[in-house]
Amino acid sequence: MLSYLIKRVLWMIPLLIGISLISFFIMHLAPGDITNNEASFNPKTSEESRQKLRELYNLDKPVIVQYGLWMKRMATLDFGNSFASHQKPVFWQTTDKDGNVTKGMIQEALPITLIINMLGLIITLALAVPLGIIAARKYGLWQDKSITLFNFIGFSIPGFWLSLLLMYWLGVMNNWFPISGMHSLNYESLDTWNKLKDSMSHLFLPVVIPSVTGLASITLFVKNGMLDVLHQDYITTARAKGLSEHKVIYTHALRNALLPLITIIGLSIPGLIGGSVIAETIFAIPGMGKLFYDAVMMRDFPVIMGILTIGSALTLIGNLIADIAYAWADPRVRRGVIRD
Amino acid sequence: MKNFAFLNNKLPKRNAKTSSAIVFLLLLCSCGKPALNSTNEQLENLNKSYPSQSGGTLIDAMTGEPSGLISMIAGESASSAISANIFNKLLKYDKNLDLEGELAESWQVSADQKTITFKLKPNLKWADGNPLTSADVLWTWHAVIDEKTGSPYASDYQLVKKAEARNPLTFSVTYEQAYAPALDSWAGLQVLPEHLLKDQDLHTTAFARNPVGSNYYKLDSWTHGENIKLSRNASSVLGQAKIDHLVSRIIPDSSAQFLELMADSIDSMGLDPIKYARIIPARPELQQKLALYKELGNSYTYLGFNLKRKPFDDVRVRHAINYAIDKQEIIDGVYLGLGINIASPYKPGTRWSNPNLKPYPYDPTKAKALLKEAGFADTNGDGILERDGKPFSFEIVTNQNKEREKSAVLIQRRLKDVGIDVKIRAIEWASFISRFIKTGDFDAVVLGWSLGLDPDQYSIWHSSQQAPGQFNFIGYNNPTIDKLLEQGRLELDPDKRMKIYHEFARVLLDDSPIVYLSAGYGLTAIHKRVKGIDSPAPPAGVGWNSETWYIPEPLRRNEISAN
Repeated sequence: MLSYLIKRVLWMIPLLIGISLISFFIMHLAPGDITNNEASFNPKTSEESRQKLRELYNLDKPVIVQYGLWMKRMATLDFGNSFASHQKPVFWQTTDKDGNVTKGMIQEALPITLIINMLGLIITLALAVPLGIIAARKYGLWQDKSITLFNFIGFSIPGFWLSLLLMYWLGVMNNWFPISGMHSLNYESLDTWNKLKDSMSHLFLPVVIPSVTGLASITLFVKNGMLDVLHQDYITTARAKGLSEHKVIYTHALRNALLPLITIIGLSIPGLIGGSVIAETIFAIPGMGKLFYDAVMMRDFPVIMGILTIGSALTLIGNLIADIAYAWADPRVRRGVIRD
Repeated sequence: MKNFAFLNNKLPKRNAKTSSAIVFLLLLCSCGKPALNSTNEQLENLNKSYPSQSGGTLIDAMTGEPSGLISMIAGESASSAISANIFNKLLKYDKNLDLEGELAESWQVSADQKTITFKLKPNLKWADGNPLTSADVLWTWHAVIDEKTGSPYASDYQLVKKAEARNPLTFSVTYEQAYAPALDSWAGLQVLPEHLLKDQDLHTTAFARNPVGSNYYKLDSWTHGENIKLSRNASSVLGQAKIDHLVSRIIPDSSAQFLELMADSIDSMGLDPIKYARIIPARPELQQKLALYKELGNSYTYLGFNLKRKPFDDVRVRHAINYAIDKQEIIDGVYLGLGINIASPYKPGTRWSNPNLKPYPYDPTKAKALLKEAGFADTNGDGILERDGKPFSFEIVTNQNKEREKSAVLIQRRLKDVGIDVKIRAIEWASFISRFIKTGDFDAVVLGWSLGLDPDQYSIWHSSQQAPGQFNFIGYNNPTIDKLLEQGRLELDPDKRMKIYHEFARVLLDDSPIVYLSAGYGLTAIHKRVKGIDSPAPPAGVGWNSETWYIPEPLRRNEISAN
C-alpha cells in the first residue's frame, strides 16, 4: 500500500510539469498580452510606456525563456505577483517591510469557491441518493417518472436563467433573500448568530441552484447502481431468508450501489475548486471561476499559471484520494492495490 | 419475479421528498404581483422637496474591482471612479467644462507660454493631518515620469523640462515649448502624499489599497470582491460633502445590478439603452422611484478606412460611403435613439465642437454619382460595382461588441444598396489588435474613441503617429491637419485655440477619413431619494456636483436592514 502511494505521488511531478508546460505555451500562443487590453486603447497612453511594461514583466523575451523564469520561481514555490491586480501575490499572502499584509489572490478566492461547491455537493448528494433509491424501487411507476422529469427539467434549464428568475422572485418581488454578494453591508456590526444567518441567506441561491441543476446525473447514477444491485442473487437470497425490505435495501443493496459514487465525487474535485464563471458573475461572488476568467481576459499570465498549477495539483491529489477511498470501500480493489 | 417482490412492497406514507419537489416546481410557476418594497406613502414622499441636509449613505454598483487606488498606474475606470473621491488635482473642470482651481488657488502662464506657475490654496491638509504642499505635487510629478513607475499616462508629463516647488505654496513647470494640453494634464493628475509614499515601490505599496488623500472622502474599508466603503473626510480641503458615506458594491453582472436596483439595495447604476428606453418606462413602480439621466459622453463610434489601401485613398469613395450610410438608422436601431449624429470629434455643445458643421446626410443617389465619378460601374450586372475589372468589396473588422456588430450589419445593408459588397468579421479584442490593428492588415474598422476633455487629438490624426501600436492606425496623412494639430498644441489662449480646432474639425469632415456613426448618451438611473442633482445634466455631466447631493432623512434607507 505504502509503495503504491509513493509511486502515485512521484508520478504527479512529471504530470504537473507536463501540464504547466502545455498550459504555459497555450496561454502565450493566444494573441495579446497585459499591455493591450481594451482599457489601454486610450489615446492618452503611449506605445513606449506599453513597451516598458512588457520589459518589466519579461514579456519581450522568447516564450521558452519566460517559461524557464517561471519554472525557476516555481522551484521555490514562488507563484509570483499578478500583472493586473496591483501586483498582488498570486497564491499566498506576503508581508512588506512595514508589516502590511497583502493577501494572495488564490488564498482569497479558493475558500469561497470551496465552501459554496462543497455545500452544493452535499445538498446534491443528500437529494440525489434518496431520489435515486426511490426511482429504482418505484422503477417505471409515477414516482420514478416524476423524479426523472424533475431531474431533466433541472438539467435542461440554463443555470444563469434560473438564477435570474429566482433572484427576481425571491429577492425583488418578495424580499426573502439577498440578491447578490456574500455579506450584507452591515455584516461587521452583527453578532455571531446574525452573521451566520446573514451568510446563510446570501449563500442560499448560489448553493441551491447549481445543486438542483446538477441533480440529474447523480440521481441517475444512484438509480442505475441500485437497479443493478437489486437484480443480484444475493438480494434475492436476503429476501428469501426473510430480512425486512428496509434491511435489504439499506444494509445490503445501498452499500454496493453507492460504490460508483466515489468515482463521481473524485471526478468532481476539479469542479469543486474551479468554480463557475457564470454563477460567480451573476451572484457577485469573488471566487475562483471569476478570478480565472478575468485573468485570461487580461492575459494575466502569473495568475493563470498559478490557478492551473494549483488546480491540477489539487485535482491529482483528489483523484488519488478517490482511488484510496475506493480501495478502502471495496475489498476487490484493495486486494489489487496491495498486490501492486 | 424479483421486481414483483419490491413493487408490492408498498410504503405506508407518501414520500416527502417527491412531494416537496413538486411543490417547488409549482412555486416556480406561480408568479404573483411584485410585493413593492415601498408603500405608496413612501413613494409620494420621494417627490416632495426637502431642504439640503447632511448624512446618509449612497450605494452604487460597479462591474469591476479596482486593482489599486493609485490611478496613474491602475488605468481602469473602476480605479479612477473611486480615487477621484479621495484625491485632489491641481485643476478641475467646472460645470461648463472650463478649467478652475482645485488644489490651486490660481495659475499663471508666462509670456512665452512655456512656464505655468500654480499657486496652491493655503492650509491644505492630508486626511491624516499632515500639510499638503507643493512638495507633494513635485513628488507626484517625479513619480509619474519615473521609468520604474511605468505609468501609461506619462507622456504628457515627460514634456515638462523643469518642475520646481519654490516655496510650499508655489509649484511651477516649464516646457521645452508651449504645450497647450498641459493645463488639461494638470487637471488629470491626482496628487499623492509624499510623506507616505517616499521610498515605496508604487507597484506593490500597501498604500494602493489603503490610501490617504485630501478630497471629500476617505477610504473606510475595502472588502475584496464585495464592496469599497468611503466616509466623509473631516479635513477635506474643499469643504464638506453632504452625504456621509459612499458605498460602491462590486456586482459584475449588469442584470444582477438591475435586480439590486429594483430591490432598492443600490441607489444608482449605469444603464444600457434597453433598460433606459424599454424596461424602466414599461414598469410604473420603477418609474416612481427612479430618476433617469442622460448625458453626452466624450466618445463616439466610427467607421474608419485603411487609407493606405485602394480605393479608400480616393476622397470621392470616402464621401460616397459617408452619404450611403444612414446614421439615424444606426442611432435608432442600435442605440434605441439614445445617441446623436455628429460632425466633429468633439462633444456637441462644448467649446471645441464647431456648431457650423453638419453631418453628411443620407443620400444614396449622391453616393452612386460619386462612385461613378470615381470610376466604379456595374459592368457584369451582379449588383456589385467594379473598377478595372475588380469588384468593390471590402471587409469591416470590429471587436466583439454587440453595438458595433449591429452597426456594421446596418452599414453592410446600406452599402449593398449602392453596389458595394461588405463582409463583417467580429473578433476578440486582443486578436483584433494584434492581427489587424497593429499590422495595419484591414480594409475598414468599426470602433469607438473615448476622449479626454482637451481638444488635442495629435495621437489619433497626426501623420507621425502611424507606427505599430500607435493610434493613427488608419494611416491618415494630411499636411493641413498636421499643421493645425501642431498649432493647437502651441496655443494656450482658449479662444484662439478654439478657432484652430474648429478649422481642424472642418477639414477633417471634408476629407472624411472616418465616418462618424454616433455619439451615444451615457445613461444613469439614480433613486429619487437622492436630491440636489442637476437635471438636465450640464456639459460636465450628472456627477459634477455630487458633493452637494443629499439624502433627506425621511427618505434614507433603514441602515440596519440595508443589504
